[in-house]
Amino acid sequence: MIEPVVAVPTPADLARASRVSLFRRLLKNPTGIIALAFLVLIALSAIFASLLAPHDPDLPDINAILTNSGPGHLLGTDSAGRDVLSRLLFAGRFSLAGALLALVIAAVIGVTGGLIAGYYGKWFDSVSSWLAGMIMALPGIVVLLAARAVLGPSMWLSMAIFGVLMSPAFFRLVYASVTAVRNELYVDAARVSGLSDARIIGKHILTVVRAPAIIQAAIIGGIAIAIQAGLEFLGLGDTTIPTWGSMLNDGFTNIYSNPALILWPSLTIGLTCIALTLLANAMRDELERSGSVRKRKKKFLGQTVSIEREPVIVHPEVVDEERSFGEELLRVSDLAVGYDQPDGSVKVVVNDVSLVVRRGEVHGLIGESGSGKTQTAWSVLRLLPEGGRIVGGSIVFEGTDLAGASEKQMTRIRGKKIAYIPQEPMSNLDASFTIGSQLVEPMRVCLGLSKKDATARALELLAKVGIPNPTRTFAAYPHEVSGGMAQRVLIAGAISCEPDLLIADEPTTALDVTVQAEVLDLLRELQRELHMGVILVTHNFGVVADLCDQVSVMRGGRIVETGPVRSIFADPQHEYTRALFDAILEDGEARGDLVTSPPAAVGRHGALS
Amino acid sequence: MLTFILRRIVSGVVLVFVISTVAYFLLYLGGGDIARRILGQSATPETVAEKTHALGLDRPLIVQYGDWLAHALRGDFGASWFTGEPVATAITSRLAVTLSIVIGATLISAVVAVVLGVLAATRRGWIDRVVQVISILGFAVPGFLIALGLVLIFAINLGWFAPTGYVPIETSFSGWIGTVTLPIVALSIGGIAAIAQQVRGSVIDALRQDYVRTLRSRGLSSGRVIYKHVLRNAGGPALAVLAVQFAGLLGGAVIVEQIFAIPGIGQVSVSATSQGDIPLVMGLVLATAALVVIINLLIDLLQGFLNPKVRLS
Repeated sequence: MIEPVVAVPTPADLARASRVSLFRRLLKNPTGIIALAFLVLIALSAIFASLLAPHDPDLPDINAILTNSGPGHLLGTDSAGRDVLSRLLFAGRFSLAGALLALVIAAVIGVTGGLIAGYYGKWFDSVSSWLAGMIMALPGIVVLLAARAVLGPSMWLSMAIFGVLMSPAFFRLVYASVTAVRNELYVDAARVSGLSDARIIGKHILTVVRAPAIIQAAIIGGIAIAIQAGLEFLGLGDTTIPTWGSMLNDGFTNIYSNPALILWPSLTIGLTCIALTLLANAMRDELERSGSVRKRKKKFLGQTVSIEREPVIVHPEVVDEERSFGEELLRVSDLAVGYDQPDGSVKVVVNDVSLVVRRGEVHGLIGESGSGKTQTAWSVLRLLPEGGRIVGGSIVFEGTDLAGASEKQMTRIRGKKIAYIPQEPMSNLDASFTIGSQLVEPMRVCLGLSKKDATARALELLAKVGIPNPTRTFAAYPHEVSGGMAQRVLIAGAISCEPDLLIADEPTTALDVTVQAEVLDLLRELQRELHMGVILVTHNFGVVADLCDQVSVMRGGRIVETGPVRSIFADPQHEYTRALFDAILEDGEARGDLVTSPPAAVGRHGALS
Repeated sequence: MLTFILRRIVSGVVLVFVISTVAYFLLYLGGGDIARRILGQSATPETVAEKTHALGLDRPLIVQYGDWLAHALRGDFGASWFTGEPVATAITSRLAVTLSIVIGATLISAVVAVVLGVLAATRRGWIDRVVQVISILGFAVPGFLIALGLVLIFAINLGWFAPTGYVPIETSFSGWIGTVTLPIVALSIGGIAAIAQQVRGSVIDALRQDYVRTLRSRGLSSGRVIYKHVLRNAGGPALAVLAVQFAGLLGGAVIVEQIFAIPGIGQVSVSATSQGDIPLVMGLVLATAALVVIINLLIDLLQGFLNPKVRLS
């Protein structure tokens, strides 16, 4: 039980590593360093106020009431003739200390509560979560006003209560992190190995929540300063001490006689709050960046590496008496697909892909995950994920080059001419709409049907794809039907506008084995009936044998072997094709690395598969 | 759906009850010698004792609470200690004013935030960066500073709006618009910042969903998919932020009303708390808690309408 712990790097280690670098990174982040420098400056000027201030902040000078800035008073004087600059410096002490008090109280209550509730759970969990919800529902300022009615005008008390009111922010954060970590293997292992709860919390859990808690602290500090200034501004503060808020109040009451008076406290409060928020943002950015750098590196290892150009093995056409194909629908020539990288380069994931689909013909694209087959399919629909685009070659469909077609042209072609069946049935239905409305809407747009006609047609289609109770399924939401049913619904949707070309992206991979065969039968029937051309993406030679007329074997973003299914089955020439065959013979799924010879550094990344 | 609504209503009622109970005990326990505070330092001990008896404060606290609760359930929340005005009328007459501002600000925040969030998420580029900067500033700068800035620029320097005061909507619609515009704008900016950020994030998430590709593959334009499907799915998280924002707007209204001299519950809150008018403070706590609970309930219902899974769970 203990050994794996050694091998698994815990998030705690990562958090520690990232914390050290977080501070160092922050110093390289221009926004972060400016915000931090400003805050340090404000804090230092408050701490050394007695050295810096040219006057006594409370000493009124009756000869200089509401003066503008001048030699004696750098920023002028207020309504009692007190020096604005000196008051600003001393007020910083109280305003910052008040905010700090609120912050410390919020952090202590929130972090402790979150740790206990998240780690031990049980009744404490439900009670504290409910309390946190209740406190968050209350408008803080109303509670503070009510408290003041009872407890009197103490800034410290107000800030302490505000700390309690803000504690749910820490509570929720810590609670979420702890519940996420609690059941991780390394925490289990630590528990099994006999570490006390206190040590587990200290070593493994606190380190995980530390960085987000610091970010939260910066945000809450800003809110506390704002709230405190707001209370003082309302005249509900403690009149015996100078604060930024009370200076604001003085400025506001004298806004007509000396508008400059309100400027300095406003600037100080506003800039401090902005600096705290920017600091929090910079820290979050840096944390996310360090996270994503790690991810990106991993992705790089798993990305499709375009292999060196090798001649495509083309099997000659054979005349098939049983099957007759119509005119040429689609001709893809030398297609290349690339993704824009943050550094401005383009990562090419599909290269030199050429294929032809005739009416009534089923063309299989086979290869392992990451071989570029789905990218090829999406290119034909021009629905590549964000950042992906066609970087070379042409896709001629019924005389139009789709590679250069406008979005408007594509919208007219999609659905009506080229349709698509996705791999994962559940995620491809919008959970917020009924199945029926998701079938009706496209038909009304593409075919211009009335709602009534479209509904009737949708019910017909549902019956056609073998759904036992079309009316019920029509009214159901996606989460109310099984995966097999959902896939039938998606097939019904794809054929609803009678397309000429159907692109099916692993239409059976996500289904149970028994359902797979039924769905394949359905596809074959529909294809024959509507005489569609089909591009069938799959990783399974069994499916190819079952359905396809032609097959292209893809690997590393290129086609390595192509030709009629029969001749490839009879005489597979590329070592990779043979390896795929071996995979079905072993009754295993053709996933993962089949051939480990050089160019096959291929992983399984959803976006590229 | 019905059990869902019922459960939410029951939990809301329980929440209001708990808050009012806690508030009552805290306010009356912490209140000290209330009669003395009302009558001032010069009052004789006899008159203080008399006043204490008249207010019923010489009874055990639990009895006082039971009495308050019994009356409150009949809609009688007592009377202000200082003006004698019934708490219910004092609050409801001003609540309408505050609500007109807060609801206006909520709607404007929601609409502007959705437009900005969707633009930022779908166009990216410079629009996205501008929205990000607005979000950070709108979040960081305290609302009352924004209000002060608006007063200085639009009321005092440009003279477009009245700097202070309030004209009821019944008296003059244009007068009402002239007095509530700046307060509503001041309140909205913080809300816009928070909600736009959330909308942007959830639209980006929703756009990456598989069903978006599938719907587009059926010939729906990307605009149609965004406004019908993506926005509806992004709506849930955005509404959750809106619910939190509403409580914030209610609090913000207290300060903004003070700046614009608007006779809403903000003003009552400030005067009641500085006087220590506990029945009125109690009524205010109750009213805000009830309001927040009602808004949350409405937003939950809206969530249920948007997301069928919420409805069934």
